[in-house]
Amino acid sequence: MSKRRILALVLCVALIPAVALTACSGDKSDASSKIVIGIPQDLEDSLDPHEATAAGTREVLFNVYEGLLKPDPTGDIVPAVASDYSVSVDGFTYSFILRDGVKFHDGTNVEAEDVKYSIEKCAGLTGGQVLIAGLSNIESVEIADKNLIDITLKEPDMDFPAYIANTNAAIIPRSNSKPATNPIGTGPYMYVSRSPQDNIVLKKFDGYWGTPANIEDVTLKIIPNADSIVMNLNGGAVDMFARLTVTQTQQLNDNFEVLEGEMNLVQALYLNNAVKPFDNVDVRRALSYAVDVDNILELTSEKKGFPVGSSMFPAFSKYYIDLSDSYPTDIEKAKELLASAGYPDGFSFSITVPSNYQPHVEAAQVISEQLKKIGVNANIKLVEWNTWLSDVYTARNYEATVIGVDASSLTATAMLDRFVSDAENNFTNYSDPAYDELFAKLYITPGDEERVEIYKELQKNLAENAANVYIQDMAEFVALSDKYEGYTFYPLYVQDFAKLKLKGQ
Amino acid sequence: MKAVLKKLLTFIITVLLVTLFVFVAFEMIPGDAATARLGINATPEALEKMREEMGLTRPFFVRYFSWLGSFFFGDMGVSYSYGVSVRSMLASKLPITLTLTLMAFIMVVVLSIPIGLYSSKYEDRVFAKVIDVSGQLVMSIPPFFLGILVTYVFGMLLHMFTPGGFVSYDINFGKFISYLIFPALAIAVPKAAMSTKLLKTSILSERRLDYVRTAYSRGNSTMDVLYKHVLKNAVIPVITFLGMTLADIVAGSLVIEQVFSIPGYGRLLISSIANRDYPVVQAIIAIIAMIVIFINLLVDVTYQVLDPRLRGN
Amino acid sequence: MKNLMFRIRKNPEMYIGAAIIVVMLAIIICGVIFSPYDPDAMDASAKFADPSPAHPMGCDNFGRDLYARLSIGGATTLFIAVATVFIGVIFGIIIGALTGYYGGVVDEILMRFNDAVLAFPSILLALVFISLFGSGTFKVIISLGILFIPSFARIVRSEFMRCSKLDYVRSARLMGAGDLRIMFVHILPNIIPVLLSSTVIGFNNAVLAEASMSFLGIGVQPPSSSLGRMLSEAQAFLFSEPSYAIITGVTIALIVLGFSLLGDGLKKNA
Repeated sequence: MSKRRILALVLCVALIPAVALTACSGDKSDASSKIVIGIPQDLEDSLDPHEATAAGTREVLFNVYEGLLKPDPTGDIVPAVASDYSVSVDGFTYSFILRDGVKFHDGTNVEAEDVKYSIEKCAGLTGGQVLIAGLSNIESVEIADKNLIDITLKEPDMDFPAYIANTNAAIIPRSNSKPATNPIGTGPYMYVSRSPQDNIVLKKFDGYWGTPANIEDVTLKIIPNADSIVMNLNGGAVDMFARLTVTQTQQLNDNFEVLEGEMNLVQALYLNNAVKPFDNVDVRRALSYAVDVDNILELTSEKKGFPVGSSMFPAFSKYYIDLSDSYPTDIEKAKELLASAGYPDGFSFSITVPSNYQPHVEAAQVISEQLKKIGVNANIKLVEWNTWLSDVYTARNYEATVIGVDASSLTATAMLDRFVSDAENNFTNYSDPAYDELFAKLYITPGDEERVEIYKELQKNLAENAANVYIQDMAEFVALSDKYEGYTFYPLYVQDFAKLKLKGQ
Repeated sequence: MKAVLKKLLTFIITVLLVTLFVFVAFEMIPGDAATARLGINATPEALEKMREEMGLTRPFFVRYFSWLGSFFFGDMGVSYSYGVSVRSMLASKLPITLTLTLMAFIMVVVLSIPIGLYSSKYEDRVFAKVIDVSGQLVMSIPPFFLGILVTYVFGMLLHMFTPGGFVSYDINFGKFISYLIFPALAIAVPKAAMSTKLLKTSILSERRLDYVRTAYSRGNSTMDVLYKHVLKNAVIPVITFLGMTLADIVAGSLVIEQVFSIPGYGRLLISSIANRDYPVVQAIIAIIAMIVIFINLLVDVTYQVLDPRLRGN
Repeated sequence: MKNLMFRIRKNPEMYIGAAIIVVMLAIIICGVIFSPYDPDAMDASAKFADPSPAHPMGCDNFGRDLYARLSIGGATTLFIAVATVFIGVIFGIIIGALTGYYGGVVDEILMRFNDAVLAFPSILLALVFISLFGSGTFKVIISLGILFIPSFARIVRSEFMRCSKLDYVRSARLMGAGDLRIMFVHILPNIIPVLLSSTVIGFNNAVLAEASMSFLGIGVQPPSSSLGRMLSEAQAFLFSEPSYAIITGVTIALIVLGFSLLGDGLKKNA
């Protein structure tokens, strides 16, 4: 064979794929019900609901797992695995009636023993550690009857149903020895498979006890590179993506509908109150005076978003008080405060931000620029999501971070309990005896009105001490392909895939 | 034969060095895998227990050699973050990265040799000059930006593929290959430009040598001389270059995977480094090193076959 | 004048390359010195402003003046490239000279080590380095600098091996010159032309490597700007504001083009 022929052959071989490509480029979309939903990070913490910590993980697991109770879109707590519950007069004992015919994804029935196992595991009653802070209050879990479970508390707690309704407190089969790699729940969707850093596949669970899901197959596609989200949406590879930035929504083509709601979280420049100079209240106040929230909204979100002044978002309307005016932008005052705190020439610190959350990265950049005006030099450190979780959230080894903190359960307490000095999730190391004292009162105050008052006092305490530089409850933009409808906003950080459906379905 | 053995030895030493380097690097990184794994509610006792379980309390060299030993027998350990065996995790992704790398490599060869021949044969034609200039330009674009441009032009404007619409090889192999053409193109084009340039320079300098003149004077046609004599010698530096480029192509694929949302080793590696998921990082790095070095070995053998001057040794 | 034209014609790459670099440097330096804008100053009213006399290249998503950012970013990128190559060249010369001149076991070991590093994708090693040191401008310089040492060491070594057998080195040795003197006074000046062209190519690799690292989020950290950082930020606005990405991309491409032409030209002269 001559060399020329070899060359020709090689060329031909190389051209085949190019030809094949033109042949199969026209993508035929079949009408079977499936949807591809983009998420910004893999569920790296755990698929075991009791071990999951990240809000991004919980919002997905919400579709796979359920607790005895669960939240509904209006913010009420409704029965799920339990069909009803009652509380004893003294407030110590909650009795849950197990719903008939609730099945796990593996086809077995949910039994009282599974409930006992799950709750005891979460509460750390079986030798392990307490997995859900709110459940540490449980004294015992008893099976009173075949379908009746009594949970006795150490102290009466009116928020208890909210903790039980948390996705983390899900009921899982006691026979499953590996919930982290073999997730089995009772939710409307069941787990099929995952490919690390690529996708997670869910399938409609036909044996679901409640209103069944509409779409058969849900694929969660992990897109950690924020810059390629728009391309994935416009190209048609992804049908839905929640929590986009305004800039991202502006680049979407006509095949998408952009829905707007609130994220129900508190975005802030969270400060590590235990490290210098943030252990000084004047420094924290100075930063609060220097940061101009309106300017942040203007630069990053076309003024969309709801400024907040403490660790509570407006969806908890009963408890929320507007403290967003606590620190009106005032550079002179900020400088004075810095000087009185012993930093007349400012100082340097770094803001650690997870790089996959574009809105936080942008806010951090604006803050860094604003702080220059008072001589404070803020460097930004972009980290991978899991590094953030381990270094900042868990190890508390950081100076400041921009992040959104949500309520893990449908209770205002979930926003405020993390600022108690010895709380395990107190990642800001906030420590104020007055706050601790006030918070403890929540458990011994029976009257609803008085309790609301305490919640407000707690918020005021955080604002007054400038625990963090509060920014906003961010506007949430959801891009949904016009083939689908039914996206439902919750007053919590969750995504309800079961309510999505094809148009005309 | 001796040369090949020597290469093989280099091969082993290189894999050892690279993995040892990664092991040392992780040793020095602040924070540890146990903390990363246990998350929020970890008590010191639980952390200690986890470290024990993960084998982190053993001395450094014991850990390194036990890892090496099991790796040698195909056991890569269990991923800290996903709780599944690293081997199964990587096995499903290996075809993706490997296919992308190979496709890019083939494209480099297929593009650069004919173009290089053309532009050296018709050195003075305008089209050859156009090739020269565009080659220079292509080499000057950062690889990931070229990827973005390819996505924009072929995906967004010409609709030849769906950006982000990667299909795995086990679902639809045809679609898998046709999606990978574009990222492979983005990786290959700058390398092909370099290789074209090298081939051209090499042919031109070879042509000035005495033996070529002799061949001409014996009445051989231009084509004959070019293919039978010049190309054979001129292609040797190009092969060396291609061997060296391979490391770059693998690196390029790690970056380009990000642009095209391809779930190969790139994304997994970056997140695993951040998660301090040593077993995954170690395995990926060892595998990549092995691929690169193995192909280099192949290049060396080709070299020996092509160049009789080296055969004697 | 005629002489110059002749030289340009004989080696057009070098002069075109040099011209591009001079122009790019002039643009960058002008921006750094004369731009009235603080490259980090944000202005909500100028978000994505179009090019105008006030903002010659327009503004980015924070209303920052693109020209000011581009020049400071270009300066940062060039600084990274220069510093990286400097580290690579200095250590490369020391290692290459010693191993090439003396040979022996140390040479064998170091070169095996060299091969190992060279055979391995450098961006991967950069990733590991960065997770070791943390990210930021100086850490990028250190990691890239270390990664650049082997290739320079290899070039210097082979030149030293070649030169140490040449007559002028032998006669210097006969005249009683010390090893160090021979290495750095006699041999080194002779290999400078070869070193120069690989240094220039090294610049390019450094510029491109910085861009890739910034794209992967392990390079220069915001709000500081570098060309790579800016390009990866611009990607987010590719559909609505393509000019941002194009301006930055073209700047990088031109700088790299200039240096690679210059490198080719120098090689021709060497």
